[in-house]
Amino acid sequence: MTQFLQQLINGLSIGSIYALMAVGYSLVYSIMNFSNFAHGSVIMLGAYFGFFSLTTLGMPFGIAFFIAACGAGFVAVTLERLAYKPLRDRRAPFLYFIITAMGASILIDNGVIATIGPTPKTFPPELLPSYLQSGSIQIGTLGIGRVDIAMFVITAVCLVALILFIDFTKMGKAIQATAYNMKASALMGINPNFVIILVFAIGGALAGVAGVLYGVKYQVFPQMSSITLKSFIAAVFGGLGSLPGALLGSLLLALIETFVSGYISTQLRDIFAFFILIAMLVIRPAGIMGKSAEDKA
Amino acid sequence: MLSSYFQQIIVLVGINMIAVLGLSILTGFTGLFSFGHAGFMAIGAYIAAIFVARLHLPFWMAVAAGAAGAALVSIVIGGLTLKLKGDYFCIATMGFGEAVRIILNNIEYVGGARGWESLPQLTSLWVVLVLAVAMVVITWNLINSRHGRNMVAIREEELAAQMAGINVFRYKMVALVVSAAMAGIAGALLGNYIQFLRPTMFNMVKSTDLTIMVIFGGLGSISGTIVGTIILTVLPELFRNFAQWRLVVYGLAVVVIMVGRPQGVMGGFEMTPSGIRKHFAARRARQALEAELRAAERESAA
Repeated sequence: MTQFLQQLINGLSIGSIYALMAVGYSLVYSIMNFSNFAHGSVIMLGAYFGFFSLTTLGMPFGIAFFIAACGAGFVAVTLERLAYKPLRDRRAPFLYFIITAMGASILIDNGVIATIGPTPKTFPPELLPSYLQSGSIQIGTLGIGRVDIAMFVITAVCLVALILFIDFTKMGKAIQATAYNMKASALMGINPNFVIILVFAIGGALAGVAGVLYGVKYQVFPQMSSITLKSFIAAVFGGLGSLPGALLGSLLLALIETFVSGYISTQLRDIFAFFILIAMLVIRPAGIMGKSAEDKA
Repeated sequence: MLSSYFQQIIVLVGINMIAVLGLSILTGFTGLFSFGHAGFMAIGAYIAAIFVARLHLPFWMAVAAGAAGAALVSIVIGGLTLKLKGDYFCIATMGFGEAVRIILNNIEYVGGARGWESLPQLTSLWVVLVLAVAMVVITWNLINSRHGRNMVAIREEELAAQMAGINVFRYKMVALVVSAAMAGIAGALLGNYIQFLRPTMFNMVKSTDLTIMVIFGGLGSISGTIVGTIILTVLPELFRNFAQWRLVVYGLAVVVIMVGRPQGVMGGFEMTPSGIRKHFAARRARQALEAELRAAERESAA
């Protein structure tokens, strides 16, 4: 029983990070209908922004966190303006977006390797606030890592804020309307360019938060961006373009992964993730919560 | 004769070209995008290596088996995923490619994640050259046959193609199987040239590289595919001295070409006598039209 609960907690903690990342994929997909593979690089950059504002600039952790979120949001928006907007203006097919995203990802990842270097960096524990220090809280025989609790809480706060923003503000409604039908909402006076910038800014900011949290729990390194592929699988699993789907998919995927590696074998974990992806695509391509895509011929 | 370094680059260009030509049939001519072709290369490479190093069978048999193995797997994968629309086929092939890599990581018989060293070097410059030229001829003939035109019809307008009586699923499957077999051949040649295999060689970046070469050269152009492969294989070699920066340049080149010249370097233009004639004829027609428009403008102004 203890082991079961322990795995459950691990799963929820990893799942919450996946969720923060997956939301970025899903938001962009809901508006622009393409998988933004550069999102992983934005997450990685966010982690580096947080790391350097904490260590080199000597900022307090809260401000470093804020800088990471703003910086990552800024990178995401810049990417949209420089790379995706010309494609949008030309009405390029979705594949050009994917290839551009992959090219941008190669550019950013290797730019970081060339300038900062490939060695992983660890957040110095003495600069972290006490709730992110290693160590655990004992409840009976159960040990819950402080980092895990903090990650879960921070993610929950961010995602609740996001859901409130989307459901109860005018800008949120604008995002919903544009996701539903971009042309019609543009005719109703909603500027699609503004909505797209907004979506990239939100997705990027959450990516920054996710990057710092991931970096605190593990390390900060350039290959982080490919590890975030898992969160993309989670987004597909839950249904690309659906926020509740991204949350559900992330938690489910993380739980399945931790239980597989806990009870069966660690090596099987990643194979499992990809088999779930393929199985899901074969059985129900739209994912758990997604609407099934109509063929717009 | 040629310096060994130069030879090595030619061999790598040839091997890449075989894989990219296959992908060009699938992507450039049939309009299906795969981010998992490194998976087919891996299957070809490992089957060929098993044939040569474990079963001690002749090299040509190993290459054929690599191609056949990749083709067989592609039939299964195609049956499952070819009915998926747009993005989802891409994502499924990506999942397939990564799954192959992770499975190979866990098979100790072929070296697992550490890799498989000291394979024999059986691939020679001439084998690669002959096979690459043969593949160009095969691709050329396939594309200019009835089957090739059916594939182009599917790319242009799937519904209309279906209405015209083309079995869309079947031709998508043919394109996938041919491209997988060619990726398998490329993998088999690669493993027996560089003499070691490691699952990370066939990761998603490799799959993306292949797709990028097709798009860089220009979708729907065989000569574009050839030019794209040569440029993008040689370019990183030229920047080898700036090892750390070469992939930065590569990524930048991809973004710039996608944003600035989406039709690719060649953009559907074929470098054959008739292609060149067509190109110049179109240019003359354009110039004539422009001259006419200018004349009309002057007239209306006067």
